[in-house]
Amino acid sequence: MTVETTLGPSGTEEEHTPELLGPWALMWRKFRRHRVAYVSLWITGLIYFMALFGDFLAPEKVDETNRRGIFVPPQGIHFLVTDEDGSRSFQLHAKALKMQVDRATMRRSYVQDPDKIIPLGFFVEGYSYEILGLIPSKTHFFGPKNPRDIVYFLGSDRLGRDILSRIIIGTKISMSIGLVGIVVSLVIGVSLGGLSGYYGGWVDTLIQRLVEFLRSIPTIPLWMGLAAAIPLGWPPLYTYFVVTIIVSMIGWTSLAREVRGKFLSLRNEDFITAARLDGLTDWEVIRKHMVPSFSSHIIASLTLAVPLMILAETSLSFLGIGLQPPIVSWGTLLKEAQNIRSIIEAPWLLIAPGTMIVIAVLALNFLGDGLRDAADPHAH
Amino acid sequence: MSSRHLAVFLWYHPWRATSAMFGFLYRRLLYMIPTVFLISVVTFVIIQLPPGDYLDTLAAELSDSGGLDEGTMQALRDQYGLGQPMYVQYLKWMSQILFHGNFGISFEKNIPVNDIIWDKLGWTFAISLMTLLFIWMTALPIGIYSAVRKYSAGDYIATFFGFIGLAVPNFLLALVMMYVAFKYFGQSVGGLVSPQYLGEPWTFDKFLDLLAHIWMPIVVVGTSGAAALIRIMRANLLDELYRPYVVTARAKGMSEFQLLLKYPVRVALNPFVSTIGWILPTLVSGEIIVAVVMNLPTTGPLLLRALLVQDMYLAGSLILLVSILTVIGTLVSDLLLAWIDPRIRYQ
Amino acid sequence: MPQIRMHTEPDQTSHTVQPLVEIRGLKTHFFTDDGVVKAVEGVDLDIHANRTHCILGESGCGKSIMARSILRIVDAPGKIVEGSIIYRPGDGRSVDLAKMRPGSRDLREIRGQDIAMIFQEPMSSLGPITKVGKQIVETIHLHRRVSKAEAKEQAIELLDKVGIPRPSERFEAYPFELSGGMRQRAMIAMALSCRPRLLIADEPTTALDVTTQAQILDLIAELKEELEMGVLLITHDLGVVAEVAEDVSVTYMGKVVEKGDVFSIFEDPRHPYTQALMQSVPKLGMEKRHRLPAIKGMVPHPLARPSGCAFRTRCSQAMAGVCDKDEPGLLKSGKTDVACFLYQEETASV
Ligand SMILES: Nc1ncnc2c1ncn2[C@@H]1O[C@H](COP(=O)(O)OP(=O)(O)OP(=O)(O)O)[C@@H](O)[C@H]1O
Ligand code: SF4
Ligand SMILES: [Mg+2]
Repeated sequence: MTVETTLGPSGTEEEHTPELLGPWALMWRKFRRHRVAYVSLWITGLIYFMALFGDFLAPEKVDETNRRGIFVPPQGIHFLVTDEDGSRSFQLHAKALKMQVDRATMRRSYVQDPDKIIPLGFFVEGYSYEILGLIPSKTHFFGPKNPRDIVYFLGSDRLGRDILSRIIIGTKISMSIGLVGIVVSLVIGVSLGGLSGYYGGWVDTLIQRLVEFLRSIPTIPLWMGLAAAIPLGWPPLYTYFVVTIIVSMIGWTSLAREVRGKFLSLRNEDFITAARLDGLTDWEVIRKHMVPSFSSHIIASLTLAVPLMILAETSLSFLGIGLQPPIVSWGTLLKEAQNIRSIIEAPWLLIAPGTMIVIAVLALNFLGDGLRDAADPHAH
Repeated sequence: MSSRHLAVFLWYHPWRATSAMFGFLYRRLLYMIPTVFLISVVTFVIIQLPPGDYLDTLAAELSDSGGLDEGTMQALRDQYGLGQPMYVQYLKWMSQILFHGNFGISFEKNIPVNDIIWDKLGWTFAISLMTLLFIWMTALPIGIYSAVRKYSAGDYIATFFGFIGLAVPNFLLALVMMYVAFKYFGQSVGGLVSPQYLGEPWTFDKFLDLLAHIWMPIVVVGTSGAAALIRIMRANLLDELYRPYVVTARAKGMSEFQLLLKYPVRVALNPFVSTIGWILPTLVSGEIIVAVVMNLPTTGPLLLRALLVQDMYLAGSLILLVSILTVIGTLVSDLLLAWIDPRIRYQ
Repeated sequence: MPQIRMHTEPDQTSHTVQPLVEIRGLKTHFFTDDGVVKAVEGVDLDIHANRTHCILGESGCGKSIMARSILRIVDAPGKIVEGSIIYRPGDGRSVDLAKMRPGSRDLREIRGQDIAMIFQEPMSSLGPITKVGKQIVETIHLHRRVSKAEAKEQAIELLDKVGIPRPSERFEAYPFELSGGMRQRAMIAMALSCRPRLLIADEPTTALDVTTQAQILDLIAELKEELEMGVLLITHDLGVVAEVAEDVSVTYMGKVVEKGDVFSIFEDPRHPYTQALMQSVPKLGMEKRHRLPAIKGMVPHPLARPSGCAFRTRCSQAMAGVCDKDEPGLLKSGKTDVACFLYQEETASV
């Protein structure tokens, strides 16, 4: 008997006997099918790992200057060494450099010293730090085996500081600004959007006008004004905090709109009416019934707002009105590449932190997109 | 004629479109008043934030080169109400602007703000508007292509570049392009014209030179906007492509290209045009940052400098005017939208 | 015109008139990610000029897709995989629409001019931001070489003909300014603008209220007489069939299970499916309209098509070992053609 069915490998069986999956499990399953988003989740996780364990990953101290290593181009990693008798063996190493100064033009250049190699290894000893600010340690993930050697994997800057280490350490500030900014946006956005959508009426009108106002003006000049008002003498922590707040001003308007829309559509749903008739207070209705039903959407929009904030911090710091130099962030790193002359002399100052920013922002964007698709039951 | 008949007559009369348009314009203009007022207040608060009396700074600076006599100091103090409560200062500032067109003086340069800002503002808006055109000219066809040839190689390429465009900050792109232009094409970078044309009267050659320079800021400022609009256009059009009215048009015997442009694209164009509402502000913002990097003679570098040295009236006037001009630009886009989409002007 | 097969019909001596459209063995499948959906699975159908042919069937049984296959406007991933759709333009020639390239000029000339179509959703079937008049004028310009003024005049005339009051004012209206009934009338005006020889109406009244439904159906019937066109009317509604149909085809899961003239079908339905459909409609010509009565069971998932007779999962007379083995063909039985083993002695006795 030939049953004329064309069930695919995944089959329609699933549809006939729907599994009882919770909304989060369903979302997760949908999300995992979105391959780019799934990979982005891993990359994002890796970047936050970098933010948490920066000192472990960084081969050199961030503010360690080196007069003999100014504007060193990125140094490659080599795998094989040749002995005197010509036999080759495996040994991770970098070639040592010799600085030469052209007396006439006063230009520095570096040549490889063929006789000297710098052996590299994993879990090597280096400067001392505390893991997560708690456990003292000297072990670093990767670097020269001899603590006194310096290798610039991504080149060095005008003071001979290691760009790679600075990027790794800068991750903490740059990525956390996004996160802290999100918390601030979340609080403002959800409360204003919720008020607006739940009560409607003049509250709604007022808040909507405010949102429209903020969206209708070019925000950069305003932030520039706000950021410029930060006194230069302030301690870095204050500056960090104020910049975070300025940056979070970007995210909340769109979040408030989204939350408002959700509230408006939920307000008239049967289960909300039922909850109200049960005698729950407004606050309980919101907390127990409304927020859970759109939290996945909020997570998605929050994820999409993080990259915007990272970009904003970077832009402000780059202009010199955001975070100031002793603080290491991707923005302050790029400030080193502000004029075309330094870029031409040392393009890695631009390329290395720039690539890092683009990777982080891309990953967060893809991640947010994937989450949004997974959260949307009507997505095709 | 009964009033009902009159109403029906008016409703179907050909000039009702025009009158609806005027009603729309009128409402939008009314909306603008509180917006502009809010902008002026916010601007004033921001430029007041840093502590100190700017006239003191000015006096201190000028005292080296002769200084200001007490009379002038007093006159200036009175003119701007420095040292008085904030709202008095605000009112004085505003009334000078509203009734005398006087935006105050630039403390640093010691000349009226009016003398330095207008051509810079002009350039900022010229570049922003040209960028808008650039964005539309690229995003529209690419977005349509991406939607119609969904999941084709071209669509994937467009999507990929779209994401990259969104992820690269303006100033980074500016730096990279300047680097590439300098290193591989030997082009002089920065500015809107080559150094030899600076301060020269406008000639055809200078104009050509301008064109050779201006494309770069336009592309840099426009890339992220274009990337966003490509995605918006693609999504909008995908929403429309499979609607029944498209099938109707096809069943009438229209060619695919014709019906695409006449129906779904026209409908998808609305949310697209309405993006001016938020895209113009971001373009102006982007232009300001890029101008700093590329050293363009626009508001960007001027504003940054004014903010850093706390040249309050110059900074305030720039923020105020840039914002107001943006709001006006947005209004124009709304009118354009109402003109394209009849549903909007009747709501 | 290389891609069209055209040949002159041999001189017809038979007494029956040649059908306007002759569908043979039509199969339209959707190639989806989950499998092949056989929306139309071997349909034979004749549509005659000056007659109304009703297609009756439950939701999802392929009526719309079949109708769209005629005009070749099935959306991807749908494809005609087999069969022919012979259309006779009336000059002695015949074309096989199934063999034409969907976007080709020749096919586009047939669309809207020879064969026009109106749809279920009057709300969304007109371009939302284009004036109604312009949409009609556009159709006229597509197929006729007339001046703008003439086209406008014709359009206003058409609007008048389909019963739209103050047509010259409505000419300037946008679809959102018209009621559902008015929009459907405008759709009909547009469909008729080039005097088509066949009008396909896919559930033209489903979205309308009862009074408007009757008006629209009357309008279609009137215009059919006047223009002597064939009408292919798709519907769920037995009342509609009783009122306007001359020929009826009952469809189930992409196949015609019974067909005949309207009297035979109503008087002596043979197929168990048709019988089930008829159960709550006692007599022909009743004023009251009936929705299709619920038949026990559900239409199987389109990807899980039962073997043999597709209706066997819901058929009370299904014969084990017969109905699940082969597919019954459409054979003459009584006054109608039926695809059911109950009426096919030779197969049933095996
Ligand atoms: N784009 C598509 N992709 C996959 N399957 C489709 C598509 N369009 C239609 N189908 C399938 O084709 C079958 C027939 O659809 P069709 O629209 O012709 O039904 P119908 O008889 O017109 O129903 P209704 O009365 O609801 O209009 C359905 O099973 C449907 O699942
Ligand atoms: S063939 Fe068998 S299953 Fe199909 S309708 Fe006839 S009796 Fe029922
Ligand atoms: Mg249908």
